[in-house]
Amino acid sequence: MGVRLILKDGVLTAVLSGEIDHHSAREIRGEIDETASRIKPKKLILDFSAVQFMDSSGIGLIMGRCKLMQMWGGQVEIVRLPSKIEKIVSLAGLDQLCTVRRGTEFEAAQ
Amino acid sequence: MKPLNEMKVSFLSRSSNEAFARATVAAFVAQLDPTVDELCDIKTAVSEAVTNCIVHAYRDTIGMIYITCRLFENGSINVRIRDCGCGIQNIEQAMQPLFTTQEGERAGLGFAVMQSFMDQLHVTSKPGKGTTVTMKKTMERRPEKHG
Repeated sequence: MGVRLILKDGVLTAVLSGEIDHHSAREIRGEIDETASRIKPKKLILDFSAVQFMDSSGIGLIMGRCKLMQMWGGQVEIVRLPSKIEKIVSLAGLDQLCTVRRGTEFEAAQ
Repeated sequence: MKPLNEMKVSFLSRSSNEAFARATVAAFVAQLDPTVDELCDIKTAVSEAVTNCIVHAYRDTIGMIYITCRLFENGSINVRIRDCGCGIQNIEQAMQPLFTTQEGERAGLGFAVMQSFMDQLHVTSKPGKGTTVTMKKTMERRPEKHG
């Protein structure tokens, strides 16, 4: 489990890796929020390409970051979603709350 | 129906055991040669049930979580996850998507995920005594490999 943060042109990208569950979500949340609340980026990109597993704690994590970013009118984008995580993301209806880009959609848009 | 195989595991309700629990069940179920998707569904459902024990049943305390997993000849599995925690007052309400008793960042989707990722979900609970979640799933039979 880990999170790598990249700040570029006012966009904060969090590259997540490993397994996201209730145990690991706490640390990921802490790291993202510490930087995001300081910088107040216009956009937060959550990159899921290296995530091996995610349960509904990950959904809570995404929903919480959307709420945080809304405080200063920022947006959240979920990108490079592996197919095995798509199922839980669509069950939660996250595309109502933020932009969701599947595996190859993000590369194409770059 | 008599199980082909059975395993039991018990562990403390520490959040570091969430990964241990789902990996253990997955390793056992692997004997039935499930697809990657089926295994992912089972791991996710087990993770939800165990997280419920840790976050809700044993909130502010540490207790034991008991898992029994049975494999059957027809390719079906039965996973039972039991705790001796606070129990659920209103199961119907607890199972509503987005319902959560917790402050903070619980999505309230635990039971909804178990329900849609497994074939069957059964929950029994006694306030003050504990909760038992039983889940069933049948692996899709694939043609036997030859050679």
